[in-house]
Amino acid sequence: MTVEVDAHEKFSAYAHPERLVSTEWLQANLGNPNICVVESDEDVLLYETGHIPGAVKIDWHTDLNDPVQRDFINGEAFSALLGSKGISRDTTVIIYGDKNNWWAAYALWIFTLFGHEDVRLLDGGRAKWEAEGREYTTEASKTIPVDYPVIERDDTTVRAFKEDVLDHFGKPLIDVRSPEEFSGLRTTAPAYPEEGTLRAGHIPTAQSVPWGKAAAEDGTFRTLEELNALYRDGAGLRDGDDIIAYCRIGERSAHSWFVLTHLLGFENVRNYDGSWTEWGSAVRVPIVTGSEPGEVSSQK
Amino acid sequence: MISIDAADAPLPTALAEIRDEFLELEQRDRLTLLLEFANELPDLPERYQDHPDLLERVLECQSPVYMFVELDDEDIVHLHVTAPRESPTTRGFASILAQGLAGLTPEQVLAVPDDYPNTIGLTAAVSPLRLRGMSALLGRTKRQVKEKMSA
Repeated sequence: MTVEVDAHEKFSAYAHPERLVSTEWLQANLGNPNICVVESDEDVLLYETGHIPGAVKIDWHTDLNDPVQRDFINGEAFSALLGSKGISRDTTVIIYGDKNNWWAAYALWIFTLFGHEDVRLLDGGRAKWEAEGREYTTEASKTIPVDYPVIERDDTTVRAFKEDVLDHFGKPLIDVRSPEEFSGLRTTAPAYPEEGTLRAGHIPTAQSVPWGKAAAEDGTFRTLEELNALYRDGAGLRDGDDIIAYCRIGERSAHSWFVLTHLLGFENVRNYDGSWTEWGSAVRVPIVTGSEPGEVSSQK
Repeated sequence: MISIDAADAPLPTALAEIRDEFLELEQRDRLTLLLEFANELPDLPERYQDHPDLLERVLECQSPVYMFVELDDEDIVHLHVTAPRESPTTRGFASILAQGLAGLTPEQVLAVPDDYPNTIGLTAAVSPLRLRGMSALLGRTKRQVKEKMSA
């Protein structure tokens, strides 16, 4: 790696401390030509109201999703997008965003599908940068377009499809949605738009660990000890486990994927991005309601 | 459901002008215009600031958004919306509706097509999913207007 790792003490306990940077570190490294800072938010206009100096915007919906097919953009579109933002294959990308880095983690996960090696999150995201009174600008960032190679997306390592989930029963599944969605009271997060899922509940055997529990009040990730209590003691995950996480469309579970993979060091974690909007509308897949994980009933 | 009468009614002038203003712009500039609308969303009138009980939460919006419809003595609809600064998109949607519906009678508000949010050229720049927040706001506005008419 050409860009040094943030040696922040809190990060050193995590499995992959090189995946996080602190606000202090980012402040000190702004302007480093080997770094590109990327903002990824839920709100499509937030970047325009003010962003970290030099940061470029990548929107999960309008940039990273294919506009027609329900899938992510392909290698050519990814190459064009990153090239236009001035990101080379060897650029260190630091992503930050609103809502505890919810969408920033989703963007990072998609960068991972394309094998972009050095991509990190700003611990605490927009909220922490703002709370510390650090500079925002509305000035357009000057980007010099570069060539980014066309890389075929790898959908086999960190991404799971519905068929993979059906083959996965017996191994850990983590449902990162709200308790109301898990139990079947509703199909969307409280206060979020209804996306037309036909059935409510969860995938049998899934443990409920709402994604936001991994974040502290100030938006930073919880300490290793707290995360271990949540996922190992609470959800019963053990070293060597093959894990699939899911939510509603795969964004909240991308955040949990980051925690499980880069902070806790689990090596086989996949994010099922079809998630509840697919599972809850699919024909003849097993569903459990209520607050218990439940079991897979025998197929008819 | 849009009744035949509503479908035939011409779009109120202000809403039509806002739509045309967006459609004339390139995709990128549409976001800038939406941000201008967001910045123009007025604060809640003082007489309502101490009355959170009057405000209705717009659950479909992805941030704490509250709205209140008022029918004045002249039978004119006023839409008041409050949304946090960290949610400029929602503020923009609210501001478009508040400005677009300003000065209309209850009947005129009820005749606004439910799919207005999908016709102003923001589908690609903002995404259809996000536009649902605006549809929800319009739907709740109409419902409150109906309630106030029968009150």
